[in-house]
Amino acid sequence: MTAHDHNHNHEDGSTLSEMDLRVRALERILTDKGYVEPAALDRIIEAYETRVGPHIGARVIAKAWSDASFKQSLLEDASKAVGTLAEVGRVGEHLVAVENTPQRHNMVVCTLCSCYPWDVLGLPPTWYKSFAYRSRAVKEPRAVLADFGITLPASTEIRVWDSTAETRFLVVPMRPAGTDGWSEARLAKLVTRDSMIGTGLPKNPGEVA
Amino acid sequence: MDGVHDMGGMDGFGTVEPEPNEPVFHAAWESRVLAMNRAMGATGAWNIDMSRYAREMLPPHVYLNASYYQRWLLGMEQLLREKGLVEADEFAAGRARHPGMPLKRGVLKADEFDRVMTRGSFTRPAQAPARFEVGDRVRAKNIHPKSHTRLPRYVRGHVGIVERIQGCHVFPDAVVSGRGEDPQWLYTVCFDAAELWGADADPTVKVSIEAFEPYLEHV
Repeated sequence: MTAHDHNHNHEDGSTLSEMDLRVRALERILTDKGYVEPAALDRIIEAYETRVGPHIGARVIAKAWSDASFKQSLLEDASKAVGTLAEVGRVGEHLVAVENTPQRHNMVVCTLCSCYPWDVLGLPPTWYKSFAYRSRAVKEPRAVLADFGITLPASTEIRVWDSTAETRFLVVPMRPAGTDGWSEARLAKLVTRDSMIGTGLPKNPGEVA
Repeated sequence: MDGVHDMGGMDGFGTVEPEPNEPVFHAAWESRVLAMNRAMGATGAWNIDMSRYAREMLPPHVYLNASYYQRWLLGMEQLLREKGLVEADEFAAGRARHPGMPLKRGVLKADEFDRVMTRGSFTRPAQAPARFEVGDRVRAKNIHPKSHTRLPRYVRGHVGIVERIQGCHVFPDAVVSGRGEDPQWLYTVCFDAAELWGADADPTVKVSIEAFEPYLEHV
């Protein structure tokens, strides 16, 4: 095969990796045996790629920043409170919202696997599932925050939540100063995924339009 | 089991490397593995605890060398083999050679995919009153179950404070051992870093776990 042929094949997508081949074979087996319907798999993937993601959590946080009674409901029973938001709809049970304050910063990890509030944040990023994060978050959270470029005051309590059961944690970051009178939609633009895991902070007001 | 998956507090894995603008999947096969896992879970072939345990059972060198979705694939293949849903000759041939087995809840249809997008409920009626109250000092038992457990090693033998009672939930240890759901009270138990990591630990750090009642004892 010439180099040209090889490139041509690659561009056609006909050069498949070992993993592609193995997974395709498994899907064919499961489909032929009547265990999975490929169209259902397509719908699940499409939902994760287009519908479910941190924008959902950002709306929840923006609402909590704007509406004190919603924030209180969120901290009391997050699954129930989030379920009342028409623009979000039903989420799974056992969601727990934990609030950052000037005295306390919350951070979420799953040391045993990859538990994550995926119905409000989407699928977890690779770093969340990495051995480095899973091993270090509970032992040296300040050093982990430094990997994200975050330095908190030495007096701030760092509270790490290890998601070892079916409870799922959503961090409510502090509302940035200089955002008085902002609409919820505008506030939501400040809320990053990492700020809802506790490895980041919201954006500065100057960073969004 | 005291496996490599129980990573809390281990050293040597390097720095955490966030990836700016990370895509949802890094390859198409990852998305198929995720979706197949969800779809097979929906058929009732196994539950979430069994799929976690299958990944934990991977030999340490395999676990540590595989990517996240590779571990999911290997765990799923193992469950399919164990449950007799796919036979060895089928894996070898890469195609079905025997008729499918009946599925508890049937195949997940495209128009009902939404039911795997919302997390299920693990709350169950209590079998007995909760033994611990908020504020109680409790010790995580020094136990080393050979099978699946959600009690991480780094808290075993250490004393913490019950901070929240999270209701009564399906007990993963029982499910995986074939003892049914055996619902147990679930507590948020908070530990000072010094209790877990010694006198040199950062005095501003506290760590909590979600602990099922059988993991705990009064101090």
